[in-house]
Amino acid sequence: MEALKRLSKTPTAIVGLILLVLVIAMALSAPLLFPKDPLGLAGRPLQWPFANARFWLGTDTTGRDIAAQIFHGARVSLLIGIVATLLAITIGIVIGAVAGYYGGVVDDVLMRVTEAFQTLPNFLLLLVLVAVFGSDIRTVTIAIGLVSWPAAARLTRAEFLSLRGREFVQACRTLGMRDRQIIFLEILPNALPPVIVYASVIMATAILLESALAFLNLSDPNIPSWGNLIGTGRSVLRTQWYVSAIPGLAILLTVLSVSLVGQGLNDALNPRLKSR
Amino acid sequence: MHVLLLALRRLAASLPTLLVLLVGLFLLLQLAPGDTVDALVAQIGGGDPTMIDELRRHYGLDASVAVQLGRYIWRLLQLDLGFSAIYGKPVSEVILERLPATLLLMGSALSFAFAAGMALGVLSARRVNKWPDTVISTLGLIFYATPSFWFGLMGIVIFAVKLGWLPAGGMEEIGAGYTGLRRITDIAWHLLLPTVTLALIFLATYLRIMRASMLEVMNLDFVRTARAKGLSPRKVITAHVLRNALLPMVTLVGLQAGTMLGGSVVVESVFALPGLGRLAYESVVQRDLNTLLGIVFVSALLVIVINFIVDLLYARLDPRIVT
Repeated sequence: MEALKRLSKTPTAIVGLILLVLVIAMALSAPLLFPKDPLGLAGRPLQWPFANARFWLGTDTTGRDIAAQIFHGARVSLLIGIVATLLAITIGIVIGAVAGYYGGVVDDVLMRVTEAFQTLPNFLLLLVLVAVFGSDIRTVTIAIGLVSWPAAARLTRAEFLSLRGREFVQACRTLGMRDRQIIFLEILPNALPPVIVYASVIMATAILLESALAFLNLSDPNIPSWGNLIGTGRSVLRTQWYVSAIPGLAILLTVLSVSLVGQGLNDALNPRLKSR
Repeated sequence: MHVLLLALRRLAASLPTLLVLLVGLFLLLQLAPGDTVDALVAQIGGGDPTMIDELRRHYGLDASVAVQLGRYIWRLLQLDLGFSAIYGKPVSEVILERLPATLLLMGSALSFAFAAGMALGVLSARRVNKWPDTVISTLGLIFYATPSFWFGLMGIVIFAVKLGWLPAGGMEEIGAGYTGLRRITDIAWHLLLPTVTLALIFLATYLRIMRASMLEVMNLDFVRTARAKGLSPRKVITAHVLRNALLPMVTLVGLQAGTMLGGSVVVESVFALPGLGRLAYESVVQRDLNTLLGIVFVSALLVIVINFIVDLLYARLDPRIVT
């Protein structure tokens, strides 16, 4: 509660929250405001924004409504961001917790695997996964989750290393609790706050990764993704630059809102750092 | 000497990691539908089963997975990355052709991000919580949230299309036949926009870390002593604070080397630069998995080498590490 009160006092967090609520509202209202297929033909191609009252953000190269794609794109971006983040955080927590709690050989092996993932450029690994498993929207989301967990694992491991020797853990052991219970019910709740703050970074990166993949035409072509639209606009960049410009702004604002909320959370959970 | 030894030990510690990586990639590839022979046969337009079996035997694909894995690792140890069916030459040759452009782009982007991040971070820390600090921090947040490819495209619209100041893409003026200094300035001119594009995201992180690190160091006792003995604020920063505040920045360079390589895939595609990243993209589109894996391997090596250099630098900046 105290943390929530502090959160509401930081101006950056408020700006972030307002932006985030706006994006969520766009995502929720998309099927109501634009009930037709956003990827269907809507009108004459390449109409500038505000030129036609029916398409207030204009139409793209094939005559699809840009506003409809932006609203439906918000759904896709948020969904991919949330699912991929949950996946990455779950993998990271399990690996980090097991490595940090048991230490020794288990820790060594798991950390080698984590380092292997960290040595590889995220985006390259994502390309490999897409090349092998295809670019269906589910595959892409899972792939993004699979490349994003190492930092979360390291954070969890560090927390576990410092917590596993504490008295309350020893007390649990004396009580005869199982390792699984100690790890997930006793230590994890104490180790969670920094990981939750870091989730905002993962989500911001996940949205950016998907948009980059879609921009390169390697994501699912059958969903209205902001990155896809920017890629479409590339062929008419010299004259109709708005086709690429508008979805880019949408990505920028969404990622900005997520990282602002994350920063606000960080300030609220670590009040000592607030002066920085 | 001691420093080198320490860094070499760190380098040796990264070998198991590399091995894990290679085994993982190989197993991943086993999951991919179709192998080299399928790709070849598809390219020549079909073939009869006996020929396909013959080809499989020729490429050693009839052996068990374990044997193939052993052979694969053995080949990599000899730096043999296989053959690219699409480009019709060894993968290592294809990669070597593309490596210089990527190294140039990464090097210039890294230098720019580091220098600008340092300068802005110092400026921000000296005026902490005043308007320059707020402006710089806000800019940092916006840069961080901007997709680099979009930033590149908008840069092309403004500086190449509307203003006509900079070229829209490519590595150099094709067919101009420049040599010597003229060619170098031409390449620099072409790389200006891609460098800034790639650097911006990293600039955002660097300036934030630099600011935090400056604030941390400026509160330490030795800085108070330096002030107390009457040094000017400028001298305190350049002679005492900066070197200590740079340590986290140097760590970050090593940590983000991989991310920067990944970012160059997108930036090289936007600006049509003949680099490694663009090659990675092309090999995904053309399903040339041999080349793609080769790039992944070379990138991992590159990241390890960069971290080796960072270790050396780090020990040089902070002699306490060695002892």
